[in-house]
Amino acid sequence: MTDNTLPQADRQKRQLPQVNPVYFVLAALIVAIILQNPAFVEPTGYMNFLKRAAPLAILAAGQVYVIVSGGFDLSVGSVITLVVVGSSMLLNNDPNATWWVIAVMFGIGIGVGLINGLVVCYLKVPSLIATLGMMITLNGVAFMWSGGAPRGYLADSFRFFGRYNFTDLPVIRILPVAVIVLLVLGYALYWLMHRTNLGRMIHAIGDNPRAANLAGVPINRVRIIAFIVSSLSAVAAGIMLGGFAGVSTDVGIGYELQAITAAVLGGALLLGGRGSVPATIAGALTLSAIFTLLNFLGLPQPVRQIVQGLILIAAVAIAVQRRKHTGR
Amino acid sequence: MKKILALALAAGLALTGGTFAQAPNFDDPAEFARQKEFLTATPMGPEGMPWEQYLVETMKDTAAFKKNGPYTVCFSNAGVNNPWRVVGWTNMQEEVKLHPEIGELIHVDAEGSDDKQIADIDDLLAGGKCSVLIVSPNTTAALTPAVEKACAVLPVIIFDRGVNTDCPVTFIHPVGGYGFGIQGAQFIADNVKAGGNVLMLRILPGVDVLETRYSGGKHVLEDAGLNIVGAEFTDGDNAKTKSIVEDYLARGKIDAIWMDAGATAVAAVEAFEDGGYDMPVFVGEDQQDFLQKWKELGLTAIAPAYPSYQWRTPIIAAVRTLKGEAVPSPEWILPQPAITQATLDSFINTDMPPLHYALCGCEGMANYPAAWGGK
Repeated sequence: MTDNTLPQADRQKRQLPQVNPVYFVLAALIVAIILQNPAFVEPTGYMNFLKRAAPLAILAAGQVYVIVSGGFDLSVGSVITLVVVGSSMLLNNDPNATWWVIAVMFGIGIGVGLINGLVVCYLKVPSLIATLGMMITLNGVAFMWSGGAPRGYLADSFRFFGRYNFTDLPVIRILPVAVIVLLVLGYALYWLMHRTNLGRMIHAIGDNPRAANLAGVPINRVRIIAFIVSSLSAVAAGIMLGGFAGVSTDVGIGYELQAITAAVLGGALLLGGRGSVPATIAGALTLSAIFTLLNFLGLPQPVRQIVQGLILIAAVAIAVQRRKHTGR
Repeated sequence: MKKILALALAAGLALTGGTFAQAPNFDDPAEFARQKEFLTATPMGPEGMPWEQYLVETMKDTAAFKKNGPYTVCFSNAGVNNPWRVVGWTNMQEEVKLHPEIGELIHVDAEGSDDKQIADIDDLLAGGKCSVLIVSPNTTAALTPAVEKACAVLPVIIFDRGVNTDCPVTFIHPVGGYGFGIQGAQFIADNVKAGGNVLMLRILPGVDVLETRYSGGKHVLEDAGLNIVGAEFTDGDNAKTKSIVEDYLARGKIDAIWMDAGATAVAAVEAFEDGGYDMPVFVGEDQQDFLQKWKELGLTAIAPAYPSYQWRTPIIAAVRTLKGEAVPSPEWILPQPAITQATLDSFINTDMPPLHYALCGCEGMANYPAAWGGK
């Protein structure tokens, strides 16, 4: 289970406090970025970085719910695409429609998560396949809806969350709305996972479903909620990505794997039962930092891909090592 | 097992898009010079209808293919997998409606797969219904044998990407990638002082039509003494494009942006806009969203195009061939105009979708704009 539920006696034996290695990896990458580009310590530097990383961080923080419960959600990338494409179609260049369109999108998110959960729980389809099927289906829906090309723009009021910066502030000077959204949603997801009974039950069913069942955990209900949280976080990520960069019909491609990678970097166990929202967010920031660092280094593309792959493998290896030390 | 599979999935992230493109044929000085000349050549054919115009006047006699209608036109399409092909495919369907002699258009979509396209062509031949076969090849080398096989049975017309055989009636294409690269880069060279910083944004490596755009553009920029600060792959992704440009802006001044395709041009413009930087000289493409942004912000810009009106031409060529009329051959080279400040207003139409390609040559067609998603 999580660190905070480890037995007290176990903790006292340790000489050093256990800090998730992802924070060291992230810190090292940020130091490297600053060495490459001192302007990064300026508010515009790190705020832009956080703004850009926010959608992935929120997406990964939702994904970790499903991973901890012992599943995968591969449908999140296609939910992002559907949100961006669908919003541009529904908005139809009318800024006043923003609020109900956002509500509709969250409604779609609840629906997708519910179906994922029901299929996994009652049809007994492994989540990898259930959500893969959902991914293919939703990509088809987005394609049908748009005809393969974006059909409209996103209104500025819709793009507010992903694009707008508050400027002329004291001390930090610039504060992107996306960073506020990240803080609020990140804290909410942290609280729900690590400070409530629901979070403990999610851990329990991922760790040992049978034991959890015997202990009276409503397995199916908890699992369905985990899928709904993941889909809702994908809707939020979609709204922010659409805001950041505008409409495109392939915006969500690859995000499901990035979200899973971020969770693994944050020390989540792919078999379920273990994972942390803050560490997953740090994992997402780490992924974004790798991308940014390689941009700053100006290496040729093939070298960059090699380095990116190696850093990832190394980071995940560190995470796994840590798991060994804690005996899990 | 589940764990291994999942780890493999996660690690796959690091490997996706990993292409080590070797580009031996994408830097051909003779072809560069030829295309450069075509850009300024006066086309033959009807004025104002570039999809019927041609730049090289060698014709092929098609009397041997003459037959009575109604014709069944078969079309093996590489895919409708990007907005440009969506616009083009609409152009073609509307063009068919202009020819009463065409009884039926049979369309098979290869969905971006060589194997499927080879099988599609076999199926069309086996079906025996086709009067003529139009092929938009997915890749050049892989489709060549299938096209040669088809040539033995019926007239074949190739367009967009080519094949390594001259058995088809004609190969229809605009000037080409070098021309596209030259148009944008020359505009930068004319508007930025020598030594200025140019960022080149590319979609992905290894695609012939994109590699030639890059090598064409790079030559012109280098010859003009401009400093290429980077050549980055964006995967055609808006968010990635915006991030890359932001990172470059954090490192230093950028005087011009050159792009090998304009779908993400607006994201690149926004990186400057949102960061409060001076707008550089911009090379985009003929998508509506970029053209509108250009006008709105008063950019110094140019929009080279790979005109989607070339999707009309194969139908015209097919009908001419079946009527026994001569067609430009072995290549039907279409003019490839760029949109400039002078012509910008005539191409802007705010009722069209953001990624509608303005050089569709479709404004005068019956179902414009509704068939193209316009209002």
